[in-house]
Amino acid sequence: MLKYVLRRALYSIPVLILASMLIFVLVREFGTDPARARCGVSRDKQCIPRVEKELGLDQALPVQYVDYMTEFVQGHWGDSQRTGQSVDDSIRRALWDTTQLAFWAVLLSGGIAVAIGVYSASKPYSPGDYAFTGLAFAGLALPTFWLGLIMIQYFTYELQRWTGSADVIFRSIPFAEGPQNATQYFQELALPVFVLSVQLIAGWSRYQRSSMLEELNSDYIRTARAKGLPRRRVIWKHGLRNSLSALVTVMAIDVGALFGGLIITERVFSRPGMGTLLLSALQNGDTNILLPWMLVTGMFIIVFNLIADVMYGVLDPRVRVA
Amino acid sequence: MTDALLEVRDLQVEFTTEDGIVAAVNGVSFSVQRGETLAIVGESGSGKSVSALAIMGLIEKPGRIAGGEITFEGRSLSSISERDYRKLRGGDLAMIFQDPLSSLNPAFRVGDQIAEALLTHTYEKKDAARRQAAALLDLVGIPQAGDRARDYPHQFSGGMRQRAMIAMAIANKPKLLIADEPTTALDVTIQAQVLEVLRKAQRETDAAMLLITHDLGVVAGMADRVVVMYAGRIVEEGTLDELFYEARHPYTLGLLNSLPRLDSDRRQPLRTIPGTPPSVLNLPPGCALAPRCLYVQDRCREERPELTAVGPETHRSACFRAAELPALAGAAMDVPS
Amino acid sequence: MTSQHPGSRPGDRLTRQERMRESAAGGLAAAGSSGLLDTSIESDDALAIGEPVRSQWRLVLRRFLRHKLAVISMVILLLLGTMAVFASVISPYEFNPTLDAATLKEARQPPSWEHLAGTDKLGRDQFTRVLYALQKSLVVGLGVAFISVVIGVIVGSLAGYYGGWVDQAMMRFTDLVLVLPALAVLLILASNPDPTFFGLFDLPPATEVNGMIVVISILAWMPMARIVRGEYLSLREKEYVEAAVAAGAPARRIILRHLLPNTIGAIVVFGTLAVGLAIITEATLSFLGAGIQLPDVSLGNLISDAESTVGTDLAYLILFPGLMLFLVVLCVNFVGDGLRDALDPRAVK
Repeated sequence: MLKYVLRRALYSIPVLILASMLIFVLVREFGTDPARARCGVSRDKQCIPRVEKELGLDQALPVQYVDYMTEFVQGHWGDSQRTGQSVDDSIRRALWDTTQLAFWAVLLSGGIAVAIGVYSASKPYSPGDYAFTGLAFAGLALPTFWLGLIMIQYFTYELQRWTGSADVIFRSIPFAEGPQNATQYFQELALPVFVLSVQLIAGWSRYQRSSMLEELNSDYIRTARAKGLPRRRVIWKHGLRNSLSALVTVMAIDVGALFGGLIITERVFSRPGMGTLLLSALQNGDTNILLPWMLVTGMFIIVFNLIADVMYGVLDPRVRVA
Repeated sequence: MTDALLEVRDLQVEFTTEDGIVAAVNGVSFSVQRGETLAIVGESGSGKSVSALAIMGLIEKPGRIAGGEITFEGRSLSSISERDYRKLRGGDLAMIFQDPLSSLNPAFRVGDQIAEALLTHTYEKKDAARRQAAALLDLVGIPQAGDRARDYPHQFSGGMRQRAMIAMAIANKPKLLIADEPTTALDVTIQAQVLEVLRKAQRETDAAMLLITHDLGVVAGMADRVVVMYAGRIVEEGTLDELFYEARHPYTLGLLNSLPRLDSDRRQPLRTIPGTPPSVLNLPPGCALAPRCLYVQDRCREERPELTAVGPETHRSACFRAAELPALAGAAMDVPS
Repeated sequence: MTSQHPGSRPGDRLTRQERMRESAAGGLAAAGSSGLLDTSIESDDALAIGEPVRSQWRLVLRRFLRHKLAVISMVILLLLGTMAVFASVISPYEFNPTLDAATLKEARQPPSWEHLAGTDKLGRDQFTRVLYALQKSLVVGLGVAFISVVIGVIVGSLAGYYGGWVDQAMMRFTDLVLVLPALAVLLILASNPDPTFFGLFDLPPATEVNGMIVVISILAWMPMARIVRGEYLSLREKEYVEAAVAAGAPARRIILRHLLPNTIGAIVVFGTLAVGLAIITEATLSFLGAGIQLPDVSLGNLISDAESTVGTDLAYLILFPGLMLFLVVLCVNFVGDGLRDALDPRAVK
């Protein structure tokens, strides 16, 4: 088992390196040219070449890469061109903010998605199943940003109007001074977590359903029933256990992606986090932030992919010998 | 016959498919006495596995038992509650399936799966059940049973897995052991070993066995009586000797003839039954074998033959020409092909 | 009755893991683990070669027509598409009228018979604007689907047929790209005001429809390539393909006559779902400000433009564009699901 984990971990290292190269090429070659951004509408013909030399952008790409990465791995990520704050500070804070949102959403969604998936698979094509399937389709087609705005409209404003309370119950923006107690924390997070969860549950419950259906058609389920086990035990102990390996893997990968993917939710609910950081960096041409942002996010995704592999090995003993 | 352990009378099992209702089992009757081994022989699609599942009460949508009676130890199984049925399954009524790799849960240790069977019926304490599971594995010939019990199914070889399944099935001393193609998925060399284990298991528990197979070689070594099924119906039944030496149905004869023999002329091709099994959706009127039968007559195509005795009462065949068959077949067999 | 146990062969385990990863990370915009993106077609001979092609398609059509939801969705899409194309005929208003006194007089009207979706604070008719925005969405959706299918099929065919290092390289590369968060990558690409193709020639920026198509297609072809490659790999083991190879048939013939026709099912399903994903992606990018910019209308920027009306009586301005977006994507997904069933009813739903 340990060997399996080590092997997968070792495999991640070249992936990390290659990913960093890809990210570097993406940002430097295909992203906005920082020199052009800096010079903007300046008529100075020398501006662009000058800035390029200053930033080291005139050198060959591989050279730039090595230069940059040497600084990066030492933790010298530079400062934000706009705010002057150190980039690693900004990213660290943003990570923490995003993590909170992601954490609650995943906690909520994971349980609900499994429950829905198992239920749907145990009673396929029943009215309940069709209802859940319909909801899942709707959830997946719903544009997140639109759902967010609708939720704000009805649960922030309309709800306040309807209950006649002095203040909104579910907030659409965070408290200016930050939440002071548990209630305020909940008020801030309720809507964004809900919006995020809709997406997660829609996807995961479908996946769990199909994974579970596949398992329930397996022969060992028939054996378990032939042993005299009650149907519920067969589904929850035998069926679920084997379908979990698939779902957990997918969940881990999705969670990894969340660190770079809460852009819309954070934007709609004006929450600080990695998404907001990226958007403002792009809007302000703050290219110093882009590379570390992508590298950090990529790292998280690769790490979570590794976690996914490990969990798969934990849950499915057959894989450990692979 | 009232003290038969298991009695199946006129069983009908239907499946609802996109293309209509299929009668996988169409009026099948047989019985199993205590301690005896009854073999059900047939090709895939003949309905033999479905009959076994019906006895276990494991027919699920889109299938259902559409008619007939199944009686076990005098109790009618059609009218008992699911709860009572569960007490029988894995207890007095046990079943072994064809592919032991996919029939064992890959995520749980082998010993634990056997212990689970014990805990469901006869044991209460986990430790005791685990120890008994190891003992059972030892009984079926797994070396170092105590250690191997902690292994996962994929770490067992095919033959060992099937032994483990047998151990699981006999754990609660069943009165009837149903074995559905127990050796089909195994190497020929392992088959003999597993059959030996099966025989031993039967001896240890005094269980009756319902052996389902398409392999007449397996039948020869294990069965007391044989039932031959085709297209959802029984076409011939009798004792082992009656069937092997005095077969009175063209299908049975066809099966016997297709067996390779040590003394047959190697230059001659293996005889097969021409044609393919019928789609149970579009059964022709009359005898289901008519399109493929070597001895078919017009009457066979119009009327369906019923099972009638041919000789001793234990031997019955569903063929209009049953009496003439020895002569017909004898002549055919002498003709070099 | 005996199902092939998943993972019963060592090769299966990895493919299953790969398959999970693809359906997990293969979404263009965090659509993620839906299983909707799992376009692999399970059964061996969903469209068996050797049967007359015409009757096969009729069979597919018949099966498709049995899915009422998919058929209704198809009808709705055709209706919406026609409305979008003939927007200038249907609507008496312009989507970007000159802001004179006449227009301004119509401002802030909630939905009525004259203005089916109301007007905004400048008097512009929302319904018209949404129709024109829908035009763009459909163009982007179909454009991306087309390009990603073409490129994906070509690359996937080469990788799946030749195998070896071509295949490994393609897989490693797409693996790497799929590691990155899709929306972030798209944003970075889309924010570039003058993108070039490796410095060789200029590409349209993402603020134009063509540029948007290019940007999204850059990521969209990869899942298609992987799907095609996957299908080819499993098809290659079929006897009739082995026979053709043994008979010395040239690569092009094998691909075109044996491999590709049997992959059409997966391709069609992917293409359909890709339309939906592309539409949502374009709307998302435009909403975030990195795509189509006002005064050009997109379903996304109409919503972001109306964002400030949340909580006011003009909030209906958010409703209609979003509803349209939701409806279109929902219908596309239903059609895709129906197609998947029609092309291979034996796959586990």
